[in-house]
Amino acid sequence: MNKENVLRVSDITMQFGGVVAVNNLSLEVNKGEIIGLIGPNGAGKTTAFNVITGVYAPTNGMVELNGSVIAENHPQGKMKAQYKGENAGKYTGKTVLTPDKITKKGIARTFQNIRLFKGMTVLENVLVAMHMNMKAGVFGSALRFNAAEEAKMREEAMDLLRMFGLEGNKDDLATSLPYGKQRHLEIARALATKPQLLLLDEPAAGMNPQESDELMHLVGKIREQFDLSVLMIEHHMQVIMGICDRIYVLDYGALIAEGNPEEIQNNPRVIEAYLGVDD
Amino acid sequence: MTERINGSSNKRNMVLSFIALAALLVLVYVLDIVIKPTSSWNNLMTCLEKGTIYALVAVSMNLLNGFTGLFSLGQAGFMLIGAYAYAVFAIAPEDRTTVYQYYEGGGLIHFSLPHMLQDMMGGADAFGGAIGYYLGIILLMIFAGLLTAGIAFLIGIPVLRLKSDYLAIATLGFAEIIRSFFQWEGLGPVTNGSNVLRKFASYDSSIFPVLVAGVCIAFIVMLINSSYGRAFKSIRDDEIAAEAMGVNLFKHKELSFVISSFFAGVGGALLAMFQNNINASPFTSNMTYEILLIVVIGGIGSVTGSIIGSYLFIACSEWWLRGLDKGEFLGIEADFMTPGFRKVVFAVVIMGIVLFYSRGIMGTKEFSWDGLFNFFRTLPARIAGIPGKIKAKFSAKKHKKNTKKVKEAQ
Amino acid sequence: MELVVKWLPYILAGISVGGQFALIAIGYTMVYGILRLINFAHGDMFMIAGLIMVYMATALPLWMSVILVLIITVVLGCTIERVAYRPLRQAPRMSIMISAIGVSYFLQNMALYVTGGLTRTYPTIEWLQKNITIMGASTKMVTLITPVLTIVLVIALVLLIKRTKIGMAMRAVSRDFETSALMGIDINKVITVTFIIGSFLAAVGSILYFSNYTGIMPTSGSMPGLKAFVAAVFGGIGSIPGAVVGAFVIGICENIIKGLGLTTFSDAFTFVLLIVILMVKPTGLFGEKNIDKV
Repeated sequence: MNKENVLRVSDITMQFGGVVAVNNLSLEVNKGEIIGLIGPNGAGKTTAFNVITGVYAPTNGMVELNGSVIAENHPQGKMKAQYKGENAGKYTGKTVLTPDKITKKGIARTFQNIRLFKGMTVLENVLVAMHMNMKAGVFGSALRFNAAEEAKMREEAMDLLRMFGLEGNKDDLATSLPYGKQRHLEIARALATKPQLLLLDEPAAGMNPQESDELMHLVGKIREQFDLSVLMIEHHMQVIMGICDRIYVLDYGALIAEGNPEEIQNNPRVIEAYLGVDD
Repeated sequence: MTERINGSSNKRNMVLSFIALAALLVLVYVLDIVIKPTSSWNNLMTCLEKGTIYALVAVSMNLLNGFTGLFSLGQAGFMLIGAYAYAVFAIAPEDRTTVYQYYEGGGLIHFSLPHMLQDMMGGADAFGGAIGYYLGIILLMIFAGLLTAGIAFLIGIPVLRLKSDYLAIATLGFAEIIRSFFQWEGLGPVTNGSNVLRKFASYDSSIFPVLVAGVCIAFIVMLINSSYGRAFKSIRDDEIAAEAMGVNLFKHKELSFVISSFFAGVGGALLAMFQNNINASPFTSNMTYEILLIVVIGGIGSVTGSIIGSYLFIACSEWWLRGLDKGEFLGIEADFMTPGFRKVVFAVVIMGIVLFYSRGIMGTKEFSWDGLFNFFRTLPARIAGIPGKIKAKFSAKKHKKNTKKVKEAQ
Repeated sequence: MELVVKWLPYILAGISVGGQFALIAIGYTMVYGILRLINFAHGDMFMIAGLIMVYMATALPLWMSVILVLIITVVLGCTIERVAYRPLRQAPRMSIMISAIGVSYFLQNMALYVTGGLTRTYPTIEWLQKNITIMGASTKMVTLITPVLTIVLVIALVLLIKRTKIGMAMRAVSRDFETSALMGIDINKVITVTFIIGSFLAAVGSILYFSNYTGIMPTSGSMPGLKAFVAAVFGGIGSIPGAVVGAFVIGICENIIKGLGLTTFSDAFTFVLLIVILMVKPTGLFGEKNIDKV
């Protein structure tokens, strides 16, 4: 396989005051890969996602998408004295893109605790994600000069809904959907931003084995159909082991293992992190 | 929501809307001719005009508070800018010395756009003159809106970075700053300081404010139903998710703020024309509160609600509840019904709505023909169902009582 | 020396007004600290306290009126909390803020009805109105009393919060509403106490303020209320010493501006200050930073 790099996270440390949430994390996602990010609760997985998507500016380190920097920082101001991580002198620049800019560059995400737009319909939820690529301005859009563009957006949104079996719910309020469908809608909405990299934060949370099995196939299908890479946080080991090309394991904010599913399953440090040590 | 892909019913609804609007305009026109200013029915015209103007301002506030989730309390300040921007340039040169009596030579500005265009297009008695006059009024109103929008743009740069209640207090603060700025004697030659501005050009048919406000509200509704409207609503529902979906928060908040202020400015200009005089002192936070309460009564997030809310609010405060101030209301006479009592009753009703009926009249729903037809279609069935409902309620109450008794017994 | 003679009266007036704002500001900052609510009605409570005094003093001896004003204001404050805020405890923040605005609207209209829209004159409390001379500047006793009384009350309040059980409960609730409830703290009791303290201080503030500016109108409360709120934001909302410092800064600056002959802008200044502080340090002088959780 041609290893074309999509995402490169280098030496990311995220510190809130004196608390180190992510410690010197480096990872890579190559084109077409599905990568798993696992670890016990509180290991810093979601924080890592928030750094990659620009919700938090990292305390130190760099994130690149297709070779261009989307976040870079080094300990500054008060943080200089408080900093507990490594590689303090390695980075000098400061780049902080807002989440919307990063989304525009090609990273889309879902949220661990579903964050749909509550007051909007299923279709509208998907349409919002297409807004940033719209060409018409406020007046053009308000006065319907862009009717053709709007119609095309609706059509694409409907295609996405159909793929997730949500076409029948298009005019329902997003929050009136059952839980599993809400998770699907979150993925559909993320795909509507036309990403190159999709970040899924516990997509199978709260699903029964059959549902999570279906989800696993769906993720595979998405990769093929949309020609993208996936980075996912998940606790269902069945899903992770069944679908991921490579897996990164976090514990206490730091990377403790990396490898293919088989390697991870047999890695003593991972077992220790999950099960504790026998005395 | 209101949009349906369903073509045929969509077309029918469009036709119905046009017919209804045309009928409404004709009605206003006829009423305007029939009702004499001296008749007691003139209250109706007052409420119609003022209600329409407040409807525009309330809808513009709803665009911010209800559709973009920005709790802004600057509306009175923006209306003030619009009112002054209009009035200052619409006073005929010959009246300037009387209006600006405390300033040498009748102030700094010596022209009136409506009067100027009137003269250019044939004078006061010619048809062309009348057109010129109204053209001047409309151009000035657009200017008033643009000036307000421009100032809002500048205010928005610092203020829109703030969250909910901080935003509320900062916009309230800016409205106060605007007010004291317009009352400043240093600006007197332009704004007439703290004195009243009057004798400026105004409309003479009630149909004018109805038309202007109608066009403005129609634009706001179309905006809300456009892709930008969806982006606004996504910010309201969840800022973090909206940003993650590529919606530029600052740009869209600023856009909503500026557009809302534009219409608040136009509303202010209309209010100035309605009152025939304008002064900065009543544009206080209290005025903003009243507009906010209208939005709440109608339902935060419903344009139709804001419109209904405005007419109800204005009709109550200007007309229906007047009797409460004069000692007689619905045939009841009482000594405590002295001036001001109406507003107390009114405030109690509003508190009741806020506390027990917080969704307002419309909630987040909008008027739709389908909804209306559905209402009438299901009305008989629902009326027939009422006795059953009451019964159910009673038995539920009884059940509650019984369980309580059982609990107590235990 | 000439400078002192010219500016001392303004500075004294500033300190005095600052003290009065401080007493109101504490009510805002405490309520915000616990309920995350800008109690828009607080300034109007202050005005109502003034009006109660006006009507009490026509029938009762002054000392009795003062006591009754304090009691009635406290009862009113708690009633408002009970009726308008408590039912909305689970509602979104916007609703409870709107309810506060509704209460403010109600109180102002009530005052308008009772007073008939006329300006009422505050009764003269002889002792507070006595003229005294400080460093050659003649002023009223109230100017001197206000800052002293303010400081005493604030110290008492801080001791209450730091040393007593209910004070500890208040601190816990302002930290984390839900967790404190889970830990067995009676949230409603804490909130009631907060409103008692806030209303009491507002009533004291109103006696001092209106002894100085004797005319009361239904809208008399809104400006001091807003300014006191700005003071609370300036000092870092939730922080009592912050609110006091903020109030003094605003009071003094405002009077210096008046001294410069820019009276029209003395109100605007407060809001300029607000906007500057929100831009530069949104958490205020002594406030703490909150991080949104995603």
